[in-house]
Amino acid sequence: MNFENISKKQLFKESQIMKIHYITGICALFVVAIHILMRVIMPYNMSLEYENVVMNYHNIFYAILLEIILVLIAIHGFNGLRIILIELRQNTAWEKSMTILTIIGMISIIAYGTRTIIIGNGLEI
Amino acid sequence: MGWKFNMSGKDNSGDHSGNDNNEEKIHKKELNGPKKTKSVESKSKFTDKTITLKIFRINQNNEKSNSHFDEYKVSSKRWTTVLDTLLDVKSYQDHSISLRYSCRMASCGSCGMKINGVPRLACYTKISDLISEDDPDPTITCEPLANFPYIKDLVTDFSQFFNHHRKIMPYIQNTKNDTIDSENLSEYVQSPEDLDKFLQFSYCIKCGLCYSSCPTVATDMNFPGPQALSQAYRYFIDTRDSANKTRFNIIDDRHGIWRCHFAGSCSHVCPKGVDPALGIQLLRSHLLGFNKNEKKIAKLREK
Repeated sequence: MNFENISKKQLFKESQIMKIHYITGICALFVVAIHILMRVIMPYNMSLEYENVVMNYHNIFYAILLEIILVLIAIHGFNGLRIILIELRQNTAWEKSMTILTIIGMISIIAYGTRTIIIGNGLEI
Repeated sequence: MGWKFNMSGKDNSGDHSGNDNNEEKIHKKELNGPKKTKSVESKSKFTDKTITLKIFRINQNNEKSNSHFDEYKVSSKRWTTVLDTLLDVKSYQDHSISLRYSCRMASCGSCGMKINGVPRLACYTKISDLISEDDPDPTITCEPLANFPYIKDLVTDFSQFFNHHRKIMPYIQNTKNDTIDSENLSEYVQSPEDLDKFLQFSYCIKCGLCYSSCPTVATDMNFPGPQALSQAYRYFIDTRDSANKTRFNIIDDRHGIWRCHFAGSCSHVCPKGVDPALGIQLLRSHLLGFNKNEKKIAKLREK
């Protein structure tokens, strides 16, 4: 196997991907902490009642926070999944297909989640 | 490397029997010696024992032979190493056992094998360290190193391991200093502090124990392994070398340095006290752009 050839074929270097992976992981930790803390400003089960959840979605700042969480977790999670999958088999076709599949999965989740946040916020698409 | 394949089945009794008298003398001297530490006293209680040596047998050239374990009874003294017992069995009980060895003093790295499930050098592992005094039937199991293809019995194929080692270009490359033209010959200047940064990694004997214990290598054979990666760090941090970019391109790959799970088993099994896991982490931090000012890290782990 020629390591140099493979490196040249990749859009990003693995170190750049891992930088994104670590940064999204650390950032997600903070924003998810804020999200959880928002659950304890009132009794936990009350914060999950329908009216309160809808109210959260209608707050533009909270909607932005949810969108940030969605993007960070999707990037971090799907890259983690890609890493696990490319370790299972070592051939270029498998690696390429797994990379493409995880990118498609990531975009789909972000798109569907964004749609939900936008609808929840009351905006019309 | 000075590696030696002992697959001929020749009798080594000439070498072996000559040592018995000397061994007895040394044993008496040690027992009667006036100064003893606590650990030496406890070890001196180890009496001569007959142990059961279980050896993994396989022959890749013979399709009919199935892998199995053969058992041999061998007597051992306090200072007997696993390699001594294996050679004893080969000389007096079964000439067909294949093993690789050379220096018998943990310098060549040839006799690496899994002893009681842990990758160790056979010449550096004493029987007395593996068995307890109370065990009525002590058994020691010798298997070939994991993550290496088998050849015969305890001999494994190191081709892939050395290919990974070769790929990271483990030699000084310097375009600035002229080492060919004798008139312009320049000196590689290096301070003791700079030397300390890579010194421990230069003690690697390429025995393959770290590679054998690595869980990532077990699943991903394209992963260079702890040995190659720690050597990449050894040359990266060497101030005389200027090929960092080339080496980074080689290891910064899908199956490169980022696939290390940091289990740390490589550092745990290294017989020379090298810490490959540390080298990998430092190299990673350099790839991420941290750790520009490397501190000296020459402290070897105490075994």
